[in-house]
Amino acid sequence: MAKFEEGLRYSESHEYIRVEGEYGYIGISDYAQHALGNVVYVDMPEVDDEVTAGEEFGAVESVKAASDLISPVSGTVVEVNEALEDTPELLNEDAFANWIIKVQLSDPSELDNLMDVEAYKEHCKE
Amino acid sequence: MNRTLYGNLIFELSKKGRKGYSLPQDYDRTHTTAELPAALRRKEAARLPECDELTVVRHYTNLSHNNFGVNDGFYPLGSCTMKYNPVINEEIAGMKAFAGLHPLQPAVTCQGALEVYYNLQESLAELAGLKEFTLNPCAGAHGELTGLMVIRAYHESRKDAARTKVLIPDSAHGTNPASAAVCGLEVVEVKSLADGTVDVEHLRELLNEMGSEVAAMMMTNPNTLGIFEPRVLEITELVHKAGGLMYYDGANLNALLGECRPGDMGFDVMHINLHKTFSTPHGGGGPGSGPVGVREGLEQFLPTPRVKKVVVNYDIPEDGPTEWEGFIVDWGTDSSLGSIGNFFGNFGVMLKAYAYILSLGSENIKKVGPLATLNANYIKESLKGEYLLPIKGLCKHEVVFDGLVDKTTGVTTMDVAKRLLDYGYHAPTIYFPLLFHESLMIEPTENESKETIDAFIAVMRKIAEEAKTDPELVKTAPHNTPIGRVDDVLAAKQPVTTYWKSLEV
Repeated sequence: MAKFEEGLRYSESHEYIRVEGEYGYIGISDYAQHALGNVVYVDMPEVDDEVTAGEEFGAVESVKAASDLISPVSGTVVEVNEALEDTPELLNEDAFANWIIKVQLSDPSELDNLMDVEAYKEHCKE
Repeated sequence: MNRTLYGNLIFELSKKGRKGYSLPQDYDRTHTTAELPAALRRKEAARLPECDELTVVRHYTNLSHNNFGVNDGFYPLGSCTMKYNPVINEEIAGMKAFAGLHPLQPAVTCQGALEVYYNLQESLAELAGLKEFTLNPCAGAHGELTGLMVIRAYHESRKDAARTKVLIPDSAHGTNPASAAVCGLEVVEVKSLADGTVDVEHLRELLNEMGSEVAAMMMTNPNTLGIFEPRVLEITELVHKAGGLMYYDGANLNALLGECRPGDMGFDVMHINLHKTFSTPHGGGGPGSGPVGVREGLEQFLPTPRVKKVVVNYDIPEDGPTEWEGFIVDWGTDSSLGSIGNFFGNFGVMLKAYAYILSLGSENIKKVGPLATLNANYIKESLKGEYLLPIKGLCKHEVVFDGLVDKTTGVTTMDVAKRLLDYGYHAPTIYFPLLFHESLMIEPTENESKETIDAFIAVMRKIAEEAKTDPELVKTAPHNTPIGRVDDVLAAKQPVTTYWKSLEV
């Protein structure tokens, strides 16, 4: 069974964002890592790259498929999770603890377009 | 086969100093590597395996027995990969009269070959409902690129070059967006509805928003889920109204062959994978071929060379007026894309496709699509009790299940596919299309007998039963193959592709 974490905002394409002040940590949900299966590669942007809400910022490759990562918000990448370069399977071990990028939000109002955990649970049932 | 002795890698069979040849004592050693510049000389000997000839022959003969193809048994990948290649195709393509030709020899010396080439162009145009075909593209994806280049050339000729966007459904084959990107066009995704068909309302929104920038929409019909797009006429009309062209990806043409034609659905440009629909080999079996067809008004953009039929009237003083009908090679007009590859494309492949069309004849070719559809639906109805059918109703040439109905056993689509190998079947396409988490796609084609299909259905049911009674057996499959379950995670993350290197890891 997939785990869900309270207090995060979720997108329809199964990314989450954990907001801390003006920054947000973006990753994929536990439901997403379950569906993908064994992750073998994470394609990440570079620090200072701009990301746009609803647009691709990287990809997760598993033995089953390669999936684009869609940014839930707009902003500037301030940090990428370098541990994923050599150990992408961290996403399978704990998708919520292992965020992919840290972004400085340019428009916090975009967060209102995302789902809370209850709405996301419903979304996953569909 | 003695696997202990001959199932090893050739490197493991190697014995230092063993040779399969001997050179005479007085062998002329005038030319040696010492003549090469020092920078080009090896610093250490190449680490090649050393074996006697008989060991080498047995090794590779035994390896060849591990192959599994459509000639060995049922292969549920269908025309998606390659359907059965009738033997007569090979005989025709192997004829010296064809195989010995050179692309630069004068047209007058190879009229027969040009006639075959021309007739195939015409046959494909008739089957597709389009005006003209070029046979030059060397594969399906090459055809896609060529088709998109034709579309660009068309818009540029009308001074409408701002059209740089290509609409592609999210269910499309990955080659579609790849070809568009290679052609310098921008991909815009069109959403699918829950049943996998194009969301026409979303398409409408996109056209309202960016209609004047749309160069084309690319579609596969039936789509990658094997579902016929019921609103295809509405879709082609909407895109045409916005000034864009419609591109038909011929990957799934097999389902429609003889039943309906892309040209009649409103498509302007398409490619055909001869290795899918017209029974020619590809991959390890030979090169591919991706002919491109266009509707009237676009033929001037097709790449060169083109083979054309001409009638020449001339007057011989003693014989009177004479008519000569023959075939010429047209090397180009100003509007043409020009050359896109190696002369005329892969002629050997075209001969096989033409042999297939003539073997079936116009009467039997009409049965290809309906029989392929019947076989797929028979499997769908027979297995829907055990395997989850996400899209109900009629499918075309292929059926997609979303894994087993009973998800409590933990047995996945991957496990089912691996277990099929134990029963002597090739695995089907798995985890594609991406619309479902446990996709398992089966395409039997029109060629399989009812007995073969029934036997396959029985095995699929047996695996579903095993998943309940002995899930470990299925999860650890295959058990009867030369090697068991491979570690695909390790293979993806740390591929070791040379034997000596594997010893060092």
